[in-house]
Amino acid sequence: MTHPTPITPRSFQEIILRLQTYWASKGCAILQPYDMEVGAGTFHPATTLRALGSAPWAAAYVQPSRRPTDGRYGENPNRLQHYYQYQVLIKPSPPDLQELYLGSLEAIGIDMALHDIRFVEDDWESPTLGAWGLGWEVWCDGMEVSQFTYFQQVGGHDCQPVSGELTYGLERLAMYVLGIDHVMDMPFNDPQSPIPLTYGDVFKQTEEEYARWNFDVANTEVLLRHFEEAEAECAAILAQSHDDPKTGKRIVMAHPAYDQCIKASHIFNLLDARGVISVTERQAYIGRVRALAKQCADAFVQTAAGGYATA
Amino acid sequence: MPDLLIELFSEEIPARMQARAGEDLKKRITDGLVEAGLTYAHAAALTTPRRLTLAIEGLLAESPALREERKGPKVGAPEQAIDGFLHGAGINRDQLEERETPKGAVYFATIEKPGRPAAAIVAEVLEDTIRNFPWPKSMRWGAGSLRWVRPLQSILCILTTEADTQVVPLDVDGITAGDRTTGHRFMAPARFSVTSFEDYQAKLKRAHVVLDPTERAEHIWNDAQNMAFAAGLELVEDKGLLAEVAGLVEWPVVLMGQIGAEFLDLPPEVLQTSMREHQKFFSVRNPKTGRIERFVTVANRETADNGATILAGNQKVLSARLADAKFFWDNDLRVAHTGMGAWTEALENVTFHNKLGSQGDRIRRIAALAGDLAPMVGADTGQAKQAATLAKADLSSEMVFEFPELQGLMGRYYVAASGQDAAIAAVAQDHYSPLGPSDDVPTAPLSVIVALADKLDTLTGFWAIDEKPTGSKDPFALRRAALGVIRLVLANDLRLPLDRPIDAQLLRHKYHASNGEAELRDLIEEIADHGVFGAAFETIREKLGDADALEALAGDVPDLSADLLSFIHDRLKVFLRDEGIRHDVIDACIAMEGNDDLNLLVKRARALNTVIATEDGENLVQGFKRANNILTQAEEKDGVEYSFGADIKFAEADSEKALFAALDQAEASIDAALKIEDFAAAMTAMAALRAPVDAFFEEVQINSDNQVVRRNRLNLLSHIRKVCSSVADLTRIDG
Repeated sequence: MTHPTPITPRSFQEIILRLQTYWASKGCAILQPYDMEVGAGTFHPATTLRALGSAPWAAAYVQPSRRPTDGRYGENPNRLQHYYQYQVLIKPSPPDLQELYLGSLEAIGIDMALHDIRFVEDDWESPTLGAWGLGWEVWCDGMEVSQFTYFQQVGGHDCQPVSGELTYGLERLAMYVLGIDHVMDMPFNDPQSPIPLTYGDVFKQTEEEYARWNFDVANTEVLLRHFEEAEAECAAILAQSHDDPKTGKRIVMAHPAYDQCIKASHIFNLLDARGVISVTERQAYIGRVRALAKQCADAFVQTAAGGYATA
Repeated sequence: MPDLLIELFSEEIPARMQARAGEDLKKRITDGLVEAGLTYAHAAALTTPRRLTLAIEGLLAESPALREERKGPKVGAPEQAIDGFLHGAGINRDQLEERETPKGAVYFATIEKPGRPAAAIVAEVLEDTIRNFPWPKSMRWGAGSLRWVRPLQSILCILTTEADTQVVPLDVDGITAGDRTTGHRFMAPARFSVTSFEDYQAKLKRAHVVLDPTERAEHIWNDAQNMAFAAGLELVEDKGLLAEVAGLVEWPVVLMGQIGAEFLDLPPEVLQTSMREHQKFFSVRNPKTGRIERFVTVANRETADNGATILAGNQKVLSARLADAKFFWDNDLRVAHTGMGAWTEALENVTFHNKLGSQGDRIRRIAALAGDLAPMVGADTGQAKQAATLAKADLSSEMVFEFPELQGLMGRYYVAASGQDAAIAAVAQDHYSPLGPSDDVPTAPLSVIVALADKLDTLTGFWAIDEKPTGSKDPFALRRAALGVIRLVLANDLRLPLDRPIDAQLLRHKYHASNGEAELRDLIEEIADHGVFGAAFETIREKLGDADALEALAGDVPDLSADLLSFIHDRLKVFLRDEGIRHDVIDACIAMEGNDDLNLLVKRARALNTVIATEDGENLVQGFKRANNILTQAEEKDGVEYSFGADIKFAEADSEKALFAALDQAEASIDAALKIEDFAAAMTAMAALRAPVDAFFEEVQINSDNQVVRRNRLNLLSHIRKVCSSVADLTRIDG
C-alpha cells in the first residue's frame, strides 16, 4: 500500500488516539461515549438512530461496553465484562470503505506486508434492536479485530441509504498490535510515563467485582422489576402527544424513550448472566426489547434528524 | 467464434455461497444466451472470495437470423383487431399479405428477425443476470438500489476472437464493464487488462490469485497432509472445513502450529470444536495417542518472514480460546466432582416452557417415567431414575453454555467425573438420540429408557398444553420426537405398549399444570403408576366424594392419549412407507387390538404387506370383502347379527362343505400362530382360504329360498369374517 511503514504505538490509549485522528482526518465527527450501560457501540444513538432516515452522517467514537456473561474475573487473557469498542458509522457507505478501514489498521501500526487480513462472512443481526446487516468479521492472523457491516434494517425500518458500520474490539486489537498476551498486562498509558499504568491497574479489580456481582449476587427480583419499569416508561414516553403543551413545539421524545430501551436491554443481559432466563423465555425477553427498539425507531423517523419534514 | 469472459468482482463473498453462485452464474448466462440464439461449445464457472468468473468457449458471433410467419385476422376484420395484430408482430400495414384459405381471405405477416451481434446479447443477458441473481441473501450499499451479495465493484466482460478483444458495452447502475481486473488484495493490488481467459488466468496467477477453487482446496489439503506427515502426525479429515477455507483465500499458504501443552488434556472434541468453529483450523492428531496435538491454519498471503508473524498470531488467538475452554472445563469439573448438585439446582430456575415448568420439573417427570419403563426392558429402576436425573445436568455447565453443540457429550464426561458408572454417564450423551432419520439409535438399556422417557415426556407435555404441530409448523420438533420413539422401540425390538406410559406421563403433566393440589397428588401418582383408566378410573372417580377436581385434571387424558397415539401412528406410516409398506396395510393393522405396541403392529403390517402382494392374498381380500358386503347388507336388512355359528349339516354344495373344513383348519392354525405372534404363519393360513372361498362363491348362491340354508350360509360368511378379522381389519385394504 501507499502508506509509509507505521511506527508501532506504545500504549492502549495511543491506539485509541490514532484511530480518533485517522477517522477525524477522513471527515468523521468524533463523538464521545454514550452515558449509559450498553452491550455494544451499536447501541449509541449515534449509530442506532442515526442509521435511520436519509440525512448523511459520519461519526466515530469510543464506547465502553458491558457484556456481563463475558466476565472472567480478569483472569482470561482477553475476555472482559467491561471493554471498549471503537465505532464508525458513515451514511451513505462510501465505495472505498474497505480501503478506508484497512488504512485505519495501518494507522495503528499493523503492517499489511506481514499480517494476514481476512474478511470472513458474518451476517450481523441484533435481535434486540430489530436490526440486521451483511458484512464480515475482519480477522488479523485469525484474530477477530473488527466487525464490518452494511446496515440493511434498523428497528424494523429499511436503511436507505445504507450505512457502513465499523466496530473495533479495542482491547483485542491493541493487544495484538502491542504484542501483549494478557489484557491485564497491556500498557494503558505510555510505559515511559512517570506513572505507567497497565490495563490491569485500571480494570483488574473491577473485573473481579463485577464478575462476582454479575454472576452470583445481582438481585434478580429487582432486575426483573427494573426491566418491567423501563419497558413501561418507554411506552409511556412514546404515548405522549408530539406537541408539547408547555412550549407549543413539536417535540417527539425519541431519545428519552430509546434510553429506556437501552436500559431494558442491559438488564436483560444481567439476568442472562445470572442464568435465570431459559431458552424459551429468552426469545420472549428479546422480543420485548425489540418491540421497544422498533417503537423508538418509529418515533425517531418522526423527528427532524430522522428525516421528518415539517409542513 | 469468439470466447466470452465475465468476471463479477465484489467485496468478499461468503465462502459457503461461492460454489453455488458460480453454478447459478453459468446456468443463467448460458440459458439466456441460448434462448437468444447464441449457442456455445463449453462453459466453466470459477470462483474466489472476490470474484465470480465465467469462461465460455466457442460462442456464436451473432445469433442466426429468424423468419417467422404468423397468421392474422380475416380480411375485413375490425380495424382494432388488425391493429392489434400489427402491433404484436411489429410490422406495418403494407407488409401484410392476403392469402386465400378454406375459411376465406386471411392476413399473414412475415416477421424477419435479423441476427444480432453477440456483444449486444451478452450485455442484455448479463445485466438481467446481475439484477436477478439468486443469492441466498443479498444487500444494498451506499445510496444505490442495486442488490448483490456484497458491494459489486467492477465488471469485466470481453469477447475474444483470434483477431481482437472486444469489451462488451454494459453499464449496471454506474458500474461500466471493461477489460480490467485486480490481483490479490494485498500482494498485487494493481489493476491490469486482459485479452482472453488464458491471459486472465495466467495474469491472475502472477498476481497471486488461484482462480480455481478445486486447485486451492487440493493445494491446502496436500500441503497440510505433508506437514502433518512430516511431524509423524495425521490430519483429521474435514471436507466441509476444507471447502470453506478454500473459499476464504485467493492465495492459500498452509501453516502448522502447536497447541499449548496445558490444553492437551482437554477432551479432543472440545479442542476440535473450538478450533473448527472459532478459528477454522484443521486438527492434527497423534495417531498413537489419539490426542489432538497441533493445528493447521491457512493464510491468504506469503510474507517476508515465511508466515512466522501470522502463525504466532494464530497461536496466540488459539491459546486465548483454549484458555477459555479450559476455564470452563476446570470450573465444570469442580462442580462435577461434587456431584453436580449446583447444576441440577440451577435447572430448577430455568424455564423449559412457561406452561410446562422448569427444566427441573421436566427432569423429575422424565426420571419418573424412566423408572416406570425400566422393568419393561429389564433395567434397574433406581439406575434408570438416577441416569435420567443427571442426563441434562450439563445444560447448566459453562462449556455447554459456550458451545451448545457439545451438550450431552460434555454431560458424559461430567457424569463420569462425578463418579457414576460409565453406563449412566453414557446416557447423558445418548438420550438425545436418535435426532434424525439416519442418526444412530442407542442400544444400551439405560440409554434406551431415558431416550424414550425424554421423547415421550416432550410429546405428552406439548399434547397436554395443546401445542401440537400444525401443517409445516413444528417448533418443538415433535414429529422428530415421535419418530425417535418409533425408531427406539423398533430398533431395540422392545415389547412396550405405549398406552400406559403415555397416560401416566399425561397425568404428570396435568398434575404439574394444576399447580399441585396436594390432596390429589398421591391419588394421581397412584393412577399414573398403575395406569388405570377406563372402568377402574371411573370407579375411583365415583368413590371420590368430590370428583370434580379429578375430572378437571384428568378427564381428558384418555382422549389426549388416543390422539397422541394416532400422531405416533401417522409418523409410523411415513416411516414404514420408506420400507415399501402400504398405508392401507398399516391402517388395517392399526385397527387391531394392541396397536400401542409398535413392534407387534409393525410385525403384523410386514406380514400382511407380504401376503397381499401374493395372488392368493390379493384374491382372498376380494373374497373377504365380498363375504363381508353380503353379510353386512343382510344384517342391515334382517336387523340381526349372523354370528350364531354355521352348522355343516345344512351345507348342500361340496364347496360349501369344503369351506367348513377349511375355515376350521384355518382358524386353528391362525389361533396357534397368533398366540406365538407368528404373523407370517397366520397370514399364510388365512391366504390358504382363498381357493375354498372362491370355489364357494363360484358354486353357491347365498340367498337360497330355503331360509334355514340361507341363514346357515350367512353364518358361514360370518365365520369367514371372524377368521380373517382375527388377523387384520381387511375392510381397510384398498381396492
